[in-house]
Amino acid sequence: MTYFIDRRPNAKHKSAVNRQRFLERYRHHIKRSVEEAVNRRSITDMQRGESVSIPTRDISEPVFQHGPGGKRSIVSPGNKEFLEGDRIRRPPGGGGGGGAGEGKASNQGQGDDEFAFTLSREEFLEFVFDGLELPHLQRKPLKTMEEIKMVRAGLARDGVPSRMSVTRSMREAYARRIAMRAPIKRALMEAQLALAEELGKDSILRNPARIAELEAEIKRLEKRIASVPFIDTVDLRYHQLAPEPQPSSQAVIFCVMDVSGSMTQNHKDIAKRFFLLLYLFLEKHYEKVELVFVRHHTAAREVSEEEFFYSRETGGTIVSSALKLVHGIVEKRYPASQWNLYVAQASDGDNWDDDSSICRDLLIKELMPNLQYFAYVEITPHEHQSLWHEYETVAKRFSERFAMRQIFEAGDIYPVFRELFKRRLTTSS
Amino acid sequence: MRVSSDAPASGPIATGSDWNFDILERFDEVLAALADEYRLDTYPNQIEVITTEQMMDAYASVGMPVGYHHWSFGKQFLAVQQAYKRGQMGLAYELVINSDPCIAYLMEENTLMMQVLVMAHACYGHNSFFKGNYLFRTWTEADSIVDYLVFARKYIARCEERHGTHAVEQLLDACHALQNYGVDRYKRPSRISAAQEAARQQEREAYLQTQVNMLWRTIPKPLEKSETLPGGFFDEDDPLGLHEGGRYPPESQENLLYFIEKNAPLLAPWQREIVRIVRKLAQYFYPQRQTQVMNEGWACFWHYTLMNRLYDDGHVDEGLMLEFLQSHAAVINQPEFDSPYYSGINPYALGFAIFRDIERICTAPTEEDRAWFPDIAGSPWRETLEFAMRNFKDESFIQQFLSPKVIRDLKLFVMVDDDQSDTLAVGAIHNEQGYRRVRNALSAQYALSLREPNIQVFEAAIRGDRSLTLHHVQESRRPLERSVYPVMRHLQKLWGFPVHLVSMDEGRVTHRYRWPVEEGDGEGA
Repeated sequence: MTYFIDRRPNAKHKSAVNRQRFLERYRHHIKRSVEEAVNRRSITDMQRGESVSIPTRDISEPVFQHGPGGKRSIVSPGNKEFLEGDRIRRPPGGGGGGGAGEGKASNQGQGDDEFAFTLSREEFLEFVFDGLELPHLQRKPLKTMEEIKMVRAGLARDGVPSRMSVTRSMREAYARRIAMRAPIKRALMEAQLALAEELGKDSILRNPARIAELEAEIKRLEKRIASVPFIDTVDLRYHQLAPEPQPSSQAVIFCVMDVSGSMTQNHKDIAKRFFLLLYLFLEKHYEKVELVFVRHHTAAREVSEEEFFYSRETGGTIVSSALKLVHGIVEKRYPASQWNLYVAQASDGDNWDDDSSICRDLLIKELMPNLQYFAYVEITPHEHQSLWHEYETVAKRFSERFAMRQIFEAGDIYPVFRELFKRRLTTSS
Repeated sequence: MRVSSDAPASGPIATGSDWNFDILERFDEVLAALADEYRLDTYPNQIEVITTEQMMDAYASVGMPVGYHHWSFGKQFLAVQQAYKRGQMGLAYELVINSDPCIAYLMEENTLMMQVLVMAHACYGHNSFFKGNYLFRTWTEADSIVDYLVFARKYIARCEERHGTHAVEQLLDACHALQNYGVDRYKRPSRISAAQEAARQQEREAYLQTQVNMLWRTIPKPLEKSETLPGGFFDEDDPLGLHEGGRYPPESQENLLYFIEKNAPLLAPWQREIVRIVRKLAQYFYPQRQTQVMNEGWACFWHYTLMNRLYDDGHVDEGLMLEFLQSHAAVINQPEFDSPYYSGINPYALGFAIFRDIERICTAPTEEDRAWFPDIAGSPWRETLEFAMRNFKDESFIQQFLSPKVIRDLKLFVMVDDDQSDTLAVGAIHNEQGYRRVRNALSAQYALSLREPNIQVFEAAIRGDRSLTLHHVQESRRPLERSVYPVMRHLQKLWGFPVHLVSMDEGRVTHRYRWPVEEGDGEGA
């Protein structure tokens, strides 16, 4: 007796739970690996998984076992020149010709000292952003224009043939036929009864005129019944679609970067990583994230991503030009009522001296009230300049939504990023 | 149902490497007829076609179709997945479960030849072994294992809901560390069945707890002097004779998990039940660990025999047969000890060689065979093979049937590794003086009782500090591995009070371990 069963359509990933349990248990180890990977990898590279290794001894499942020592005999195949009584120097590392008895236990895994496995992209990002939280995530009332989904909204009398509901149309037709035929049928039946009565009379008493009249009436009624259409245009019903605004949350990130002569490619790379981390992070939280790149030296321009990171300009720095441009773009394209606004600014801290106070006023009066979050990173090993000090006053004012940090080198980005977005336990008013 | 295999086949059933369910069913019919002809007694087969992913899942859960959740299975899964991705290992082509009906998995990627081979190997080879071998007959309930697994999974999931995942995980960790010591070696365990199990579980829970409470609450009356056990306590240590009541348990217990389930003072009822589940499953796998060589050898013998019959009867063509011979050769390949591919003796190779050799001794005995195996030389091979399959485990099977010819063919030799001498010594080789010693040594190598340290519960100090004392009887002076400490920690978690382990060699104490480790302990080795 044999049964064949095709299990292929069944669920796979039966082990998903166990896998999660494992990841949970070794969270510490895995997180360390992930953090190293983040620092090492280029961030454009973030979209793939990561191979993680954990020392085998940390995850071993201990059992009572024989240790080395004592006396034991090992049987091995493939003797070539040994004779009974031969003595052989002990091979380095102990053991004989491979302990067939005990060797098996260690064959699983890699056989090395490291247990290695691969995290999927989602798991990797999960670990990257573990413990991070968006400050003041708000669900903004929704923009109607784009986020419209057509949903089924019952039936209508007109529509395109492709959306015709056959069952409903047939049902309507059936109802109409019953309704239209009923009075005729009733009259027909009466006429037939009358005729039968008339015919049932004695032949002398019959009224031929009445019979002819009834017969004509019956014929007319039968014709009327036959002429009731099987289906009529009034019966047709169509599935109707109605537009419905879909709730969605959307965010826009303004990446603002100084591209004046003092910013080297190295600075820009660091900034880029920061922006990309932010992008990846927000992407996880919002259904839609847009990026706006604003670069500036003495004047600001909105540019494409490519241009943003890889073209080089010279000249001085006026930060307020960029902030003004951001403000303008927000007014024009991203009303704060519909968008979560994030600004990330990277700079080496240079600015025209008297411009910094303009920046401060601009931020406090125009920008900050509308922003979800403003993150400023200063990539410099040097002393802070006026811009930093002015920003500090802004930070004091909007301590919840304004964050600034200093970065020295690429490796600092991730910790700084974590610090900026770390989960806040207290909610201050 | 019955297809006469003598019927002249009109060409092969199928050629090429593609398969479909029709073809598989036709092959199965032919295989079933052949198995009938060879009088293979099998459970009904349930053949399931699965994907690679699903095979990896199955692997991770020790091949069982359902299982409770635990991180160690996840670890297993990751290891398999990683090795498979890197191409370090091919997945086994088949997995077969000792259940009734016997569930066998076929991977969808397999070629036609592979599917037929797996059906012959698993559905008729392993299947008949599960049904026939005395260990499986005595120790496992093929018809209820899947139900029991369902019960275990549900029960543990419910415990996780009630008591938290972490608590359950900790408990399972501890139980897993001891699961090799959760089997009854000599007495038959009680039957397990899911329906009764669920019904009885509640009852047992309450009852067990009262038993344990009684044990710890009452102070037993001292027994009569005559009942004092030898090897107990010295009079100087116990001038008032308080300990003369004998030790508890009166005899050493080999089943640690059973002892814990019944006696650990602090475990909650649900914890006892989980200990029991792990113990029952360990018991279920116990026969498999003791019959690896036999089981695989038997399955290889039959796939080889059946495949050759398929070819002889014209059901398969040369192409498929060549493909088969190639994979068969790979399966039963035994690298020599100095080869880089050597990783111990291949149970497939050894088992196949012995079963084939038994057939040879029966059908074409030599003088040597008549001297070594007077009772089976020249006997009907099918009966002899059946007898060998039914009544042995690896240890005794090798002791009984490893012939000089197989020793010569495999060029087996014994290496003696004694830490008291500077060199390794060759103990025996494949010659007249050596055969018996090689055979004894190989048999011992498969004896579970020698492979695992012999550790038993010696005493639970129910009148004293409630500590638990285990005795380890050393075999050939072999000490315990360092993993003894983590295992003791797990044991202590279950027992709830200090745990002592005494290593003894020929009655002399060589090492004392204890957990929790106390200051000033003579830690060493």
